[in-house]
Amino acid sequence: MRYLLIPLLCLLPVFCYADEAKDMAADPVLERRMIGLAEKLRCLVCQNESLASSHSELAEDLRREVREQMQKGMNDQEIIDYLVARYGDFVLYDPPVKKTTLVLWYGPFALLLIGAGVLVYQLRKRKGQIAETELSPAEAQRAAEMLGESQEMPGQPPTKRPAKRPNKPKDLQT
Amino acid sequence: MILAAFLFVGLGLNPREVPSPLVGKPAPAFMLPQLYEPAKQFSPQDMQGKVWLFNVWASWCGGCEQEHPLFMELARRNVVPILGMAYKDQPENSKMWLHRGGNPYALVVTDIEGRVGIDYGVYGVPETYVIDKQGIIRHKHIGAVTMQDLDKKILPMVKELQAK
Repeated sequence: MRYLLIPLLCLLPVFCYADEAKDMAADPVLERRMIGLAEKLRCLVCQNESLASSHSELAEDLRREVREQMQKGMNDQEIIDYLVARYGDFVLYDPPVKKTTLVLWYGPFALLLIGAGVLVYQLRKRKGQIAETELSPAEAQRAAEMLGESQEMPGQPPTKRPAKRPNKPKDLQT
Repeated sequence: MILAAFLFVGLGLNPREVPSPLVGKPAPAFMLPQLYEPAKQFSPQDMQGKVWLFNVWASWCGGCEQEHPLFMELARRNVVPILGMAYKDQPENSKMWLHRGGNPYALVVTDIEGRVGIDYGVYGVPETYVIDKQGIIRHKHIGAVTMQDLDKKILPMVKELQAK
């Protein structure tokens, strides 16, 4: 009996799988639409969670509100407008382009341009500083000695690398 | 360097303080039962012609306990009427809380389901609104009001609005 109990207990978690916050509506289609919309909205209490996944009381209330408005026949945009009028653009994960959000939207590109500008400037500056100098035969000789192990002489092609490893046997290939 | 500048500004901001789109707009209308006389209703219209503070609180809220003594003092000085809204709170608990700490409110309404709270964009109690004579929201304070908030911002604003 005891041995039967263990596999039975192992099956127990099947009955308590995790889910979106409960709050079930009678109408599963509407519930899916509500969750779909709520995923685009931010919960204000736990600001890194969406309205769909948050378990805070406010999120539950807001989901109820959204559900009721959908039942009244309001479309998604109307519901978003309703929430923005109360909580501001902050509820949107995808904030609109406005005067106050310009930096948010275009700041990264501006930074990228500044970065590219600085890079080009620095590279140009360096180009002017580096003067090409030829090695005299004596210097080349010395450099070769210092490099020691690689017995290449200047001007000679580098020694070939060892041949590639042979392909794996066929049965190991996926 | 630029990153440091961003961090410097960013870390100085309070992410909890979400700018309210309601400032400058009429206080949303509602009809709610009063805490002590549930048969009687209150609407913001009743305060037309007066500058008032609208404080959203709850007996389960820690920040409310912090700011409570300040409101008690404000009520004693009779500077500006404070109206309270018990947000998602059971009336018995609200009454008990006021009985223990004193009642600074000219009137308390009960928003048990939190629906009016949503209209006011409440997302964390306490929140306090300054509403002018025309019923326009002039300021929203999120979180417990401190002495500094009162002296630097709220009271000067109230005085200015009352003079209008």
